[in-house]
Amino acid sequence: MNAEVAAATAPEKKEFWRWQENTWFDESKNWKDAKIITCGIDVGSVSSQAVIVCDGELYGYNSMRTGNNSPDSAKNALAGIMDKIGMKLEDINYVVGTGYGRVNVPFAHKAITEIACHARGANYMGGSKVRTILDMGGQDCKAIHCDEKGKVTNFLMNDKCAAGTGRGMEVISDLMQIPIAELGPRSFEVDEEPEAVSSICVVFAKSEALALLKAGYTKNKVIAAYCQAMAERVVSLLERIGVEEGFFITGGIAKNPGVVKRIEKLLGIKAVDTKIDSQIAGALGAALFGYTLMQKQGAKAA
Amino acid sequence: MIANYGYKDGSGEYYISIDTDKCIDCAAERACLTACPKNMFEIITDDYDDEVAWVKKECTRALAYDCAGCKPAAGYTSLPCASACTPGAIKHSW
Ligand code: SF4
Ligand code: SF4
Repeated sequence: MNAEVAAATAPEKKEFWRWQENTWFDESKNWKDAKIITCGIDVGSVSSQAVIVCDGELYGYNSMRTGNNSPDSAKNALAGIMDKIGMKLEDINYVVGTGYGRVNVPFAHKAITEIACHARGANYMGGSKVRTILDMGGQDCKAIHCDEKGKVTNFLMNDKCAAGTGRGMEVISDLMQIPIAELGPRSFEVDEEPEAVSSICVVFAKSEALALLKAGYTKNKVIAAYCQAMAERVVSLLERIGVEEGFFITGGIAKNPGVVKRIEKLLGIKAVDTKIDSQIAGALGAALFGYTLMQKQGAKAA
Repeated sequence: MIANYGYKDGSGEYYISIDTDKCIDCAAERACLTACPKNMFEIITDDYDDEVAWVKKECTRALAYDCAGCKPAAGYTSLPCASACTPGAIKHSW
C-alpha cells in the first residue's frame, strides 16, 4: 500500500473539514445610532449565521457550525454577535428566521425561505445587476433567478443528495486529510486537469476517490477531479433555469476557488465579486426582509 | 415566479414547474388540489405574501415514481394536474 492510500484509509484523528467560524462588525459605526435594528438568522443544515442590519445596512454577523438542535444553534449564533457588540435581544426590532431550521428560531417574528433570503442577500452584496444566483449550501444546492430588486422570479432546488454541496466537500477533506480551506488551491496544483469523478453520490464518490488514489492519482489530482465533478453538477442545475450575466455565488463553497473557477470556466461567465462573506447571504437577506417589514409597519402606523 | 420542484438523478430530470403568478388569481378554483390522486399540491402563502400552489416537500424526492400512474405509459393522454389547471400554471419536465 503506498503512503497516500495508507493516509487516506487510516483512522481519522483530526477534523480536517472544520472551516473557520467568524464574527465581524463594522467598527466605524455605532448600532446605538440606528433607528431600526433587524436581525436575520439562518439555521442551515451545516452552518448557522446571525446578521445584524442597522437602518438597512449590514452592521455585523456571526457564523458558526450548526449544533444538535435548531433553537440552540439560532441562540448561539445570535449570542456570538450580540456579546461582541454589547447588544441585547430587546434592542432588536425584528427578527427573521431562514434556512432549514427557520421555523425553530424561538425569537423570530417571521420565517422566510432561504430561496427568497439568498436572492435578497445576493442583491445587497452584488448589487442590482445580480440576476442568477447559485447557493451552494451544506446539504443542498439552489439555482435562483431574481429581478433587479432581488425578488425571486425562478428557482430550483436540489436536495436529493449531498454531492455538489458543502457536506460533500467536507467528506473529501477528511478523506484526503487536508484542511478544507486548502482544497481549492491544491486542486490547481496538477500537471493536467483530470476527468471529473463520475459518481454523483457522496457514498460512491468516496470509494471512487480511494480507487483513484490506489490507481496512482496524487491527492491533488483527486481533489481536482472532485472540484470538477461538483462544478459540472451545479452547472447542469443552473442550465435548467438558464444563466444570465450578473452571476453570483452564495454559501460556503463560494469560498472554494477550486469549484468556483471551474464553474466560471464551464459557464463562460465570471461570478460577481464581493467583499462580504458569501456564507452570510441568507441571514443578511432575512435581516433585510425584516427591515422592509418594519418600514411597512412604520408607514402604516404613520 | 417559476418554482421548480423535484430533482435530477441518473435516470433523468423530474421537475414539476409552477408559474405561481397564475395561482395568485387562480381561474380554476384551485383545481390542482383535488385533481392530483396523490394529493401532492397544497396552497401556501409564499415569501411575498401571495397565496400560491406548491408541491409538498415530502413529495419532491419521489416524483418519478409518484407521477408514473398519470403518465402515457399508464394509459393517460394528459396529466390530471395539468389538465385541471386551466390557467396553465403546471408543467412537467418528463
Ligand atoms: S396550480 Fe393551477 S389550479 Fe392550482 S392554484 Fe395554481 S393556477 Fe390554480
Ligand atoms: S402527474 Fe398525477 S400524481 Fe403527478 S402531480 Fe400530476 S396529478 Fe399528481
